[in-house]
Amino acid sequence: MIFLELFLSFFKVGLFCFGGGYGMLPLMEETVVAKGWLTAEQFYDFVGVCESTPGPIAVNMATYVGSVTGGPLGSIVATLGTVLPAFIIILIIASILKNFTENKYFKGFLKGVKPVVSALILSTGAVLLANAFGFFFKPEFTPDYRSMVIFALLLGVYFGVKKLWKKKLSSIWLIAISAGMGIAVCSVAELL
Amino acid sequence: MLWKLFFNFFKIGLFTFGGGYAMIAVVKETVVDKFGWLTEDEFMEVIAIAESTPGPIAINMATFVGYKKAGVPGSAMATLGVVTPSLVIIYIISLFLEPFMANKYVAYAFVGIRCAVAFLILKAGLNLLSKAGKKLLPMLTFGVLFVTLLVFEWFAVSVSAIVWILAGGAIGIYAYALRSAKEQEGKK
Repeated sequence: MIFLELFLSFFKVGLFCFGGGYGMLPLMEETVVAKGWLTAEQFYDFVGVCESTPGPIAVNMATYVGSVTGGPLGSIVATLGTVLPAFIIILIIASILKNFTENKYFKGFLKGVKPVVSALILSTGAVLLANAFGFFFKPEFTPDYRSMVIFALLLGVYFGVKKLWKKKLSSIWLIAISAGMGIAVCSVAELL
Repeated sequence: MLWKLFFNFFKIGLFTFGGGYAMIAVVKETVVDKFGWLTEDEFMEVIAIAESTPGPIAINMATFVGYKKAGVPGSAMATLGVVTPSLVIIYIISLFLEPFMANKYVAYAFVGIRCAVAFLILKAGLNLLSKAGKKLLPMLTFGVLFVTLLVFEWFAVSVSAIVWILAGGAIGIYAYALRSAKEQEGKK
């Protein structure tokens, strides 16, 4: 039963998602890939789409995976699954456990979780980058110079803007700029 | 009130790009400055709770504000409000994405977008790491796990992220218990 499977899988992801939207990416990817719903590459391509559409990333991702695997009802069920743990927990905290977040043991738990989630996110980012560059985590080592050039340019633009205008480029701008660079660099590479 | 909650959180869901943290400012504008549903202090408290509970921050905030204003029905309406725009937009995109991706220039654009996604994820990770504290224990936990994860990736060993999260939490609780035991000893 795909709907029940979607609901339970995303409920689990929602329950263990600490540290904001990016915190849930490693666990969601793990779940979605293990179930064979998407490949890791499709998953992270869609993260790029989510960055340029409104709404929380976790909800966007759940809607997409649900839609691809179970149609309109699938997208609703997956989204409900992602949202429900947060909804229930906040209701409990707001109504009964008013001082729960002040609890010393809970604070200890959170302190321990933070470096773990950072490591999960950073290792995910490192593997993604290595994959984009076409080496390291693939059986065949074929360096992708296009990606390296684009990444270098992107770093240049981001830190250049930060330095010159004291402004941080928002993620939607970064996605738009990188898409343009992708088209430009790949088209040039094709001619060479 | 219920519709007002739904409508305003719908607007928040529709006009915020780039996930949770970008939303905080918009939610504050609506909830504190415009309608006075929460005071500044209450809002800070909501952020603290949203950050320390699992789930997308936008959902946490909508549920909390909705509950404060109109009980359980209010929280349901506010949460539905934030989620609905994403649900509709992404569903429509999902119908057209596959043929769209087959286009050569779209594929080229995604070569670039993959780099940006990696960059954004690395940035988010570093940001969270800077909040994890500069003490020995969190740094050690981070370092050991980071290397372990890369080695596991290399050998295609997979251990669920849940295991690591729970282990990290256990270390955190143990460290706290140890510290308070020491303090007790010190008092004697």
